[in-house]
Amino acid sequence: MTASLARPEYERDLPPLSADEVVQPLPPAARLWQQAWVRKTVLLLVLAGLWEVAARLKANDLLLPTFVDTAIAFGQGLWSGELLHRAGMSLAVLLRGYALGIVAAFVLTTLATSTRLGRDLLDTLTSMFNPLPAIALLPIALLWFGLGQGSLVFVLVHSVLWPLALNTYSGFRSVPETLRLAGRNYGLRGLRYVLFILVPAALPAIVAGLKIGWAFAWRTLIAAELVFGTTNSGQGGLGWYIFQNRNELYTDRVFAGLAMVIAIGLLVENLVFATLERATVRRWGMQR
Amino acid sequence: MGIPFLRVVPPPPPREPRSTGDVPTLQAEDVTLEYRTPERVVRATDRVSFDVLEGDRFVLLGPSGCGKSTLLKAAAGFVTPRSGHLRLDGATVSEPGPDRIVVFQEFDQLPPWKTVKANVMFPLRASRLLSRRQAEERALHYLDKVGLADFADAYPHTLSGGMKQRVAIARALATQPRVLLMDEPFAALDALTRRRMQEELLSLWDEFRFTLLFVTHSIEEALVVGNRILLLSPHPGRVRAELDAQAYGLHSLGSPEFQATSQRIHRLLFDEPAASLAAA
Repeated sequence: MTASLARPEYERDLPPLSADEVVQPLPPAARLWQQAWVRKTVLLLVLAGLWEVAARLKANDLLLPTFVDTAIAFGQGLWSGELLHRAGMSLAVLLRGYALGIVAAFVLTTLATSTRLGRDLLDTLTSMFNPLPAIALLPIALLWFGLGQGSLVFVLVHSVLWPLALNTYSGFRSVPETLRLAGRNYGLRGLRYVLFILVPAALPAIVAGLKIGWAFAWRTLIAAELVFGTTNSGQGGLGWYIFQNRNELYTDRVFAGLAMVIAIGLLVENLVFATLERATVRRWGMQR
Repeated sequence: MGIPFLRVVPPPPPREPRSTGDVPTLQAEDVTLEYRTPERVVRATDRVSFDVLEGDRFVLLGPSGCGKSTLLKAAAGFVTPRSGHLRLDGATVSEPGPDRIVVFQEFDQLPPWKTVKANVMFPLRASRLLSRRQAEERALHYLDKVGLADFADAYPHTLSGGMKQRVAIARALATQPRVLLMDEPFAALDALTRRRMQEELLSLWDEFRFTLLFVTHSIEEALVVGNRILLLSPHPGRVRAELDAQAYGLHSLGSPEFQATSQRIHRLLFDEPAASLAAA
């Protein structure tokens, strides 16, 4: 039986292959399409085109101004400086609330990783307050802090703190056991352990939390300004700009204000967060 | 020589019988370890004692469930014994520290946010042993020793499993611990890489003569890597025997003595009643 399976042996010499036989470049069009910004720009152009067509079919400037009209109003707003000024007002308040929220979330999650009571506290507080809309707290905030930035910062902290704390904490908990042991092996403990091991290891979750917190903060701020008008002696932000122009039936400027909100969102997402991710979690191979 | 890494391990200087007052580098004395499940407390090891002397390559060998990894974790200070003591140079181990660096089996022991060089520098910096410049110098020195000098600026996710373990070994050696603890460091590697890593570990030992505590479940690996083998029985881990393996290395793989000893170990681990051999 086995004899029939016998066959001659052989050996081969392998000549070296040249480099371009092994690795071949992608064609230019495919390489261009690899760029996320190219694909996203195409998507935005398609959406703008659909808007233009829909607005022209509807032909009612009060309800739905065309894309071109909005772009003109947007350009005028930028040119006169009003839009930028309003956006600046909003951003100043936003950043203060955002920063405070991040600090509070860090303190809460650090407490939660180091003690059981801290964990229970975080669990209870997030399940109580996370579902509570920040806008619902605004009337109370106005009572406590008056008609000023204090009230806005308060609701902003509320809208950033809980989602960020939840994300950060779940990130901390999913840090691999081996990495924790390795960190303790070097003698790291306490705050140094959190900063050198847990925070970088949980960074994908933390960045996701930062993004969610940012979006929540924006929504809260614009809505607060829309509902309660200016809180700062006539110096309102973007929400106030939208509100005023709606009252005066400048629908194109309402859209321009909304476009500004979107533009800032896109900028922050694509410049700030994308850069942060590229420089950290992607570079480290923790996220694709 | 055709294969550059293949080398013969010269037998280390003969072991002197332990004189009184000679303190072992690492000493386990009646160590009983337990772990807790939600329902019960399980005994992992029961009164295990052994001495690791300076320059030993001491292997803990046993089937799964013999508590060998838990013993190593106790030596590292991650686990506190229920009773008994682990002593490092005579002082009881109470917490983790950079004088006992662990090389884990898992590849995710390297923080992915640090380059290979920064990874090797990390324990030196974290425990404030050296200044940044000294740490960098030492890191590059040991990376060169494990053959990864060219990858100093690469991130761990770009490396293969064997390369990651080499980084972990370089990191452990750079810290110059009193004992190097290895918890099945090559178990997740393919067979060819594992053999190569064993060779490299032995040649590093030849050069630096570090003290090693090595956990494995492979009889062959124990004989190749160790000069002293502690056999543990499972559930709970108890000392079955302590053997001398100085005579064996990669050169003796497949030799009749090697086969005989590995069969003897096999018998000790799996056939309970071999009374004549169990004189430990």
